[in-house]
Amino acid sequence: MNNEWPLWEIFVRSKTGLDHKHVGSLHAADAQMAMENARDVYTRRMEGVSIWVVESEHIHASNPDDADAMFDPANDKVYRHPTFYNLPKEVEYM
Amino acid sequence: MSVSKLHYVLQLADNALVLGHRISEWCGHGPILEQDIAITNTALDHLGQARSLFQYAADLYNDLSTGEKQQAFANFLIEEGKTADEDTLPYLRDAWDFKNILLVEQANEDWAYTITRSFFYDSFMVLFYKALQSSKDERLVAIAEKSLKEAKYHLKWSSEWMIRLGDGTEESHEKVQNAVNDLWAFSGEVFLPSKAEKEMIAAGLAVPVENLKSEWFHYVGQVLGEATLTMPAADAWMHQGGKEGTHTENLGFILADLQYVQRAYPNMTW
Repeated sequence: MNNEWPLWEIFVRSKTGLDHKHVGSLHAADAQMAMENARDVYTRRMEGVSIWVVESEHIHASNPDDADAMFDPANDKVYRHPTFYNLPKEVEYM
Repeated sequence: MSVSKLHYVLQLADNALVLGHRISEWCGHGPILEQDIAITNTALDHLGQARSLFQYAADLYNDLSTGEKQQAFANFLIEEGKTADEDTLPYLRDAWDFKNILLVEQANEDWAYTITRSFFYDSFMVLFYKALQSSKDERLVAIAEKSLKEAKYHLKWSSEWMIRLGDGTEESHEKVQNAVNDLWAFSGEVFLPSKAEKEMIAAGLAVPVENLKSEWFHYVGQVLGEATLTMPAADAWMHQGGKEGTHTENLGFILADLQYVQRAYPNMTW
């Protein structure tokens, strides 16, 4: 029997307007406890203003063995980068 | 009056110090890493509240006349001519001059006891700090405003644990029900004002604690109900005496731990 509490992935928004970033994972019995554990483990030094928790088993990841086929083909397609636009200074976080 | 005010502020300071110390004993021993961090954070919150209150108490003590200073404590080992501060008050008083309630000095025993003790305390303190914001004493109002945010989080945390344990497995239910039954007799002292407290209430500086009773019972009953736990009788016999300096043997052990270094090597610093 597995006595470990489920694993949760934690996402923290460091300030309003920014997106939630993955900061790590932790164990908790339920979503509420995961939220509180995340508050104590990842935001006790004022790192965040909002937290998302997701049970790790709900995350589907790409297979590292497929990395060649998945990502390498994008290597030589510079024309996909929008580097030909001039962004106004006011646009932050682009 | 000024001695009473000192004693009243010390009641609050000693509660925060002793519970903070008790909870800090879990540091490195929590049931899992995440709860170890959670409960240690809470210990630090209590110690932070204790600091603000001891700083205030030290100011009150330093403003007393020589006669009042002698009358304030049975035994305060402060060197003559020295001013008191947030360290001398916790380190240089003996158990009978500590004013904390008996609940907070009770042993950790296990996780269920620790959670139940915090739950009884937190559920009172949220009501207490809310009410203390209407005190005529500005400094107590400021401390109450800052502490209330922490107390609300502590209560959320301990309430959820009560429900989780009570409505959990058969074993967790039994352990937390035993803790509720054993600690219940220590839950009522908060509502019995000490002599100093009565004077402060009359002056509009302190919280009339009796008025908080019905709201406290309502909240505690709600959480225990959700946790499928049985609430002991509301009119059960209650321990008291801590506020006046009569403690259980637990406090002596806590102080031995807490004060040893300062007593063995006076004025030692890091």
